[in-house]
Amino acid sequence: MAAKKGQGDNRLRDQIQERRLFTRRTLLAGAGVLGLMGLLGARMGQLQVTGHQHYATMSQANRVRLVPIPPNRGLIHDRNGVLLADNRPTYQLMVIPEQIPDLDQTLEQLGSIIELDEADLKRFHNQRQRSRRFDAIPLKFRLNERDVAVFATNRHRFPGVEVEARLSRVYPEGEHAVHAIGHVGRINEQELARIDSARYRGSSHIGKSGAELQFEDLLHGHSGIERVEANALGRVIRQLERLDPNPGNDVYLTIDSRLQRVAEEVLGDWWGAVVALDTRNGDILALASQPSFDPNKFVHGIDRESFQALQGDPSRPLYNRAMRGQYPPGSTIKPFVALASLENNIRSAAERVFCPGFYTLPGVRHRWRCWQRRGHGHMNMQDSMVQSCDVYFYDTAYKLGIDRLQEYLGGFGFGQRTGSGIPGELPGVLPSREWKRAARGEGWYHGETLITGIGQGFFLTTPIQLAHATAVLANKGSAHPPRLIKRIHGNSNGEDRDLPPEELETHFTLKDPANWQRVVDSMVESIRGARGTARSIAPGLEYEVAGKTGTAQVFSLGQDEKYDADAIPRHLHDHALFNCFAPADDPRIAVAVVVENGGSGGAVAAPMARQVMDAWRAIERGEPIPRPDSPDEEAAEQADG
Amino acid sequence: MAEASFVDQRMTRVQRHLHLDGQLLTALALLSGAGLAILYSASNQDVAELQRQLIRLGIAFVGMVVIAQVPPETLRRWTPWVFIGGLVMLVLVLFFGSYGKGAQRWLGVGPIRFQPAELMKLAIPLMVAWYLSRRPLPPTFGQVLVALVMTAVPTALIILQPDLGTAVLVSAAGLFVVFLAGLRWRVLIGALLAILATIPIFWMFLMHEYQKQRVLTLFDPERDPLGAGYHIIQSTIAIGSGGVYGKGWLNGTQSQLQFLPERNTDFIFAVFAEEFGLVGVVQLLVLYLFIIWRGLYIACQAQDNFSRLVAGSLSLTFFVYVFVNVGMVSGLIPVVGLPLPLISYGGTSMVTLMAAFGILMSVHTHRRIWST
Repeated sequence: MAAKKGQGDNRLRDQIQERRLFTRRTLLAGAGVLGLMGLLGARMGQLQVTGHQHYATMSQANRVRLVPIPPNRGLIHDRNGVLLADNRPTYQLMVIPEQIPDLDQTLEQLGSIIELDEADLKRFHNQRQRSRRFDAIPLKFRLNERDVAVFATNRHRFPGVEVEARLSRVYPEGEHAVHAIGHVGRINEQELARIDSARYRGSSHIGKSGAELQFEDLLHGHSGIERVEANALGRVIRQLERLDPNPGNDVYLTIDSRLQRVAEEVLGDWWGAVVALDTRNGDILALASQPSFDPNKFVHGIDRESFQALQGDPSRPLYNRAMRGQYPPGSTIKPFVALASLENNIRSAAERVFCPGFYTLPGVRHRWRCWQRRGHGHMNMQDSMVQSCDVYFYDTAYKLGIDRLQEYLGGFGFGQRTGSGIPGELPGVLPSREWKRAARGEGWYHGETLITGIGQGFFLTTPIQLAHATAVLANKGSAHPPRLIKRIHGNSNGEDRDLPPEELETHFTLKDPANWQRVVDSMVESIRGARGTARSIAPGLEYEVAGKTGTAQVFSLGQDEKYDADAIPRHLHDHALFNCFAPADDPRIAVAVVVENGGSGGAVAAPMARQVMDAWRAIERGEPIPRPDSPDEEAAEQADG
Repeated sequence: MAEASFVDQRMTRVQRHLHLDGQLLTALALLSGAGLAILYSASNQDVAELQRQLIRLGIAFVGMVVIAQVPPETLRRWTPWVFIGGLVMLVLVLFFGSYGKGAQRWLGVGPIRFQPAELMKLAIPLMVAWYLSRRPLPPTFGQVLVALVMTAVPTALIILQPDLGTAVLVSAAGLFVVFLAGLRWRVLIGALLAILATIPIFWMFLMHEYQKQRVLTLFDPERDPLGAGYHIIQSTIAIGSGGVYGKGWLNGTQSQLQFLPERNTDFIFAVFAEEFGLVGVVQLLVLYLFIIWRGLYIACQAQDNFSRLVAGSLSLTFFVYVFVNVGMVSGLIPVVGLPLPLISYGGTSMVTLMAAFGILMSVHTHRRIWST
């Protein structure tokens, strides 16, 4: 008991001692805090009392200021140097709210000499709320010469208002190739968070789509900075030091402006896309998507009404059909399936399948129709390609099975992005068991294998993907991924750099080159043959084209319904497709054409592809380009596969 | 009723029932008010920014009130788990953290993003105090070594992120506990000498280029007038030109024109000094001093070693915040990215800061009568 009490006493004594120790240390720390606070106070006194005169003078007279100098954005040319995106000086009216005594009155007076519309004022007030009072805010963009002159004579009346000249992006060709070139626009908040702020100091614009976005890094350059002395109002008096900006690089696209124009003209008023690739290096020679829009409207911020009009337009001009349009490939898939069949020894090229106009599976009541309701009769591989017999391919697909079919078509790049790197490209859909389970949560049905074999059902491809797959076919299994950039001209060092093609990708190796030859011969025959679905383009054709028509259903017909173009609204008409490469014996160009609701691949899409190929042949030979025909609406009624 | 009798009768009603300390609360509210006023000026009268700051302050104050309700004894039981959890997250952030402004600091769990380093500002002093308070004070040499390891490991992990400002704070928090616990003078002096000896090693092998730049520019701001030195040159001009009485609220030309960078975050003190002058600065420093004094007073009044050490360390860490920020803005010490507590715009550190005051209030308002 006593011992315990003694221990308790000790513990108590210890506690008192511990508390004393802690208090001593705290007092010491407190003294340290006081001392250091005193040091801060002394430093403040030194700056604010002793040094006040000095610093006050510095803040009054010597207003050194950092002014960012945005770099000149690189230009965009086509492969031959045709200017597609230029920088031109434009004048804009800048207002510094801080320097204006009565803003409303000033705006009113300005409005009496320079036309200011509602949208200008609204944008100005919006931006004013987000800016600092001493920031210059643009009031009106792209002043014309009269405005500049009128303002110059009245300038003394408007302190705090200035005309500023700066280079801005101009697309001299307007809508031409807009879906390949893309456009720039003002930097928005998400982009602001992403970009390197030192590099973009003072820049107001950034690539928003197409090549402008894809090659933003090359085009933008690096901002410079200038140390200047400004007076009490913030006006620059003299320059002290300057770090020059690094201008962006000029970019030469693979697009040939002449071919691009042909592609755009052959599409005319149809909605659709044309993609032409150089099969030897992947160069995108033409990338047309119609209808299109004028990118110049977006450079200085498009007003809400115009933007909504563009967005609400049922023809969707902003939509890049070539890269983002996902369409059922229809019969254009048949050459690929035919090669799969030969390579997998499903059946020899000579073996025939009887087409009664429909196909049935054992134990299933459904009849899968051939587009030719009368039936094609006995078909070998070549006949089925030339006449685009569906029954032959139903049977081939069924015998291949979905797994082999998917593996083989995947080898051509279906269902994957092509590797072009063009922003926004979509991968399409190559259906498979796994895909269906993931996307639909359902198992796979045999019937779905059949329609995959004729490029219908879940199967979707983009025009660039179809062109790329055709190039892979043309090259017997290997191709360079499509590319949009050919050469870079460095503006800072004056050097030209030709870019090598993207790395050659080998998609598959042919087991027997003779199989490939048989498929290509069949494709040639579909143009040259008397019953070929693309025979309409044969007259006058001076070289051999290997091609395949496609007509993709937009909606399903009932079991015994007949497709009647007149009875169906236009937006449900079949899509017309054509893919081809030429010359058939020494491929140089691959073309894919998709015409939305075009009706017939042979009559609508194939002639467009031919004109593009004719033009490219003329360009390569240095001959005048044949004048493109306007597309023929009448032809759309002719039926084919 | 029975429980009430154990409560220290010297406490006010607010202290007893709400577990808040009136003096501390008043000072913090005054400080936040001054902060909002100067933020309004520094942000060029951006009301939206002010609203966002107000919301953060609200959240931070609520956090403080909640933590103040937790008795120190409960905190003590949680301490090892909080520390270990924080340590694990610091390791995770190095591998899975997301980047922001060149450093990997954030850990995201679903929609919640959070900086484990912030948690360490509290967990380190709690852990070191927990460890040292289990034995009678002063600590033995062995105990001091263990305490130093407890501080050094998380500090090293934070330096790897890299986040120099927070590393300074957390290591200071741990060292303060060791100092307050009664670290022997010869050990202290020996350690100081050792640190002086390792500075060259630090300089040559461990410091990032940008950190070296900051130190070099401190001694000669003009060597990099367009880069790092620009901050210091402009902020000293702002402070100095403010003079004794200041240029008046919303009238600081250095800050209102675009000369002063980061004027609503790390360099907001320069705006304050320019607009309110020496008179305002002294008042602000006195207010900070009062808060620190109150914290140290609470530490001295605390009834067990754990509470004492935690309260003392947290108060001194708060001082480090003030000293480092004001010292950096006025060009006394290198530019270390630390905000001015409760005044700079930004939310991450504010919540931790107010949680620390919650702990102080909890320590002060859960005292019991001596039960001998």
